[in-house]
Amino acid sequence: MTALLRTEGVAKAFGGVQALADCTIEVEQGSITGLIGPNGSGKTTLFNVITGYERLDSGDVYMDGGKITNVPPQRVFALGVGRTFQLTRIFPRLTVMENMLVAAQHTGQPAGTRSGFRNPLARSGGSADRRRALELLEFTGIADHAGALAGTLSYGQRKLLELSYVLVADPAVVLLDEPAGGVNPSLITHISARIRELNEAGKTFLIVEHNMDFVMGLCHRVTVLDYGTVVAAGTPEVIKTDPRVLDAYLGIEEDADE
Amino acid sequence: MKTTLPHPRAGVLLALLALAAAVAFPLLAASQQDTAIGVDTLIFVAAAVAWNIFSGYSGYISLGHAVFFGSGAYAAGIAARDWHINGGAEFALLLLGAAVGAVIAVPFGLIALRVRRHTFVVVTIAIFFIFQLMAFNLSFTGGTTGLPAPFLLWSPVTFNDRFYYVALVIAAGTIALSWLIRRSRFGLQLRAIRDDEDRAAGLGVRTLRVKLTAFVISGAITGMVGALWFFFVGEVLPQTGFDPIFDLTVALMAFLGGLATVAGPVLGALILEPGQQLLTQQITSNYLSQILLGGVFLVVILLLPRGLIPTASEKIRSRRASRRDRDVSPAARGDLPPGSPAGGPPADRAAGRPA
Repeated sequence: MTALLRTEGVAKAFGGVQALADCTIEVEQGSITGLIGPNGSGKTTLFNVITGYERLDSGDVYMDGGKITNVPPQRVFALGVGRTFQLTRIFPRLTVMENMLVAAQHTGQPAGTRSGFRNPLARSGGSADRRRALELLEFTGIADHAGALAGTLSYGQRKLLELSYVLVADPAVVLLDEPAGGVNPSLITHISARIRELNEAGKTFLIVEHNMDFVMGLCHRVTVLDYGTVVAAGTPEVIKTDPRVLDAYLGIEEDADE
Repeated sequence: MKTTLPHPRAGVLLALLALAAAVAFPLLAASQQDTAIGVDTLIFVAAAVAWNIFSGYSGYISLGHAVFFGSGAYAAGIAARDWHINGGAEFALLLLGAAVGAVIAVPFGLIALRVRRHTFVVVTIAIFFIFQLMAFNLSFTGGTTGLPAPFLLWSPVTFNDRFYYVALVIAAGTIALSWLIRRSRFGLQLRAIRDDEDRAAGLGVRTLRVKLTAFVISGAITGMVGALWFFFVGEVLPQTGFDPIFDLTVALMAFLGGLATVAGPVLGALILEPGQQLLTQQITSNYLSQILLGGVFLVVILLLPRGLIPTASEKIRSRRASRRDRDVSPAARGDLPPGSPAGGPPADRAAGRPA
């Protein structure tokens, strides 16, 4: 197994707050890697740094062996890193199908190469794009809403839509920021099953999540952040019993959750 | 694709009918004065549709499009003067107006498009005033006396008709372009930027390039329209070429008809421009018609924030939906025999589907 995505000594400060400090993580090809840690431990900042939404102060980010440090978001996406947001972000005044087609522009066109001239006024979403979009919507279970405005979807459906459209361009690795946050238990089961199915088909995931059952049940490896740095990394079984982790995170959280 | 009309073919039919009516208008118009109103209206149809191609689709509200309008007019005037262009040949300068609009849109866009929302609006207004000041003060603009348009040796009987058809071609072409853009990948990217620009960037949309392209297209058309207006009116002054009321008017037209729709700005221009012209004929006071324009703006923003076409199409859709719900009994709904599994490919996943 090789690392598909990795960060090396990443640091990022907001004013006097050191959000990330010497943060080194690895996401192995074909794995589901969990990223946990207390609130404010730098998980979302790390996502933002990897995907180009925040510039990092020092350190490097590598995707598939190539350096993607401080590369803008649209390039990071084109290089095969898709992400969702903690506060689900969809395009409310576009239909669900149009939401899917926004991301479809990279399909059938490897990053960096140009297969001749593309008519800029060609109708959005060729039949192949639409078919693939519909397949994904069926896969996540919201295909019935393809023609509806995305703003009319429920919160859970928006989560599914965001997962679906990130997958349209077939990114090599998908970063999910709290996929189980704020949704009901049966939907959590549904989302978890979809992620497992995608992973079995070869997709790599990096998941930030507070729901411990979700993380421990789904992930092959778990990395624990505290104060912007990695305090532990290993299989769920190891992490569950690691005293540093219990101290930093699980011990406090258990009281709050139960 | 969401269509704003209840039936896609109804839209095509309506567009053809409108085009036929527009072609026939000068033949039916009672006077040259009516045709003049027709030319003015078509100029504003093109300008409002061009404004919407950028501001409506992208959500970046520009109050600086008079920069392109005035620059197109001045470019045509300066070129005609310096290159001694006369007669019908002046219409070749429409292309110069478009080119100047496009060229100005690049630095204008690169400055203004780095900020969003209210800040963007303020920056466009500031750049507008810079251009108006330049028109007043630069050596080659004719200063406060402005520039005259080349003289046309056309018979007064057909003078307005000819302008009318040139304006009609430009307006119809702009509408067609707006329609093409709206349904294209490019248009989808613009509307995605309107909804959530950072998210769009995260899905691979090259946001600055897409916004700037729309701004350049919009600026080019507005520049061309400005040149046409200049030839029709016969002169340009700093305060008429670079007129803040122009910015408010085109924005109001698009808001009234419906932002980000193809037909909205057309409808808005067809209502407001003849309305304003007829009003100016009735009331000699220019101030009163401007106060009324401001009043209409307030009413639209307060009562019809989404514009006529989206509001009306939603009414039609919800009425149809309620009628369908009444007519269709639950058993007939899926064309399925009772007892068979509720159809469609996602059925096997129905259990896990969210409520």
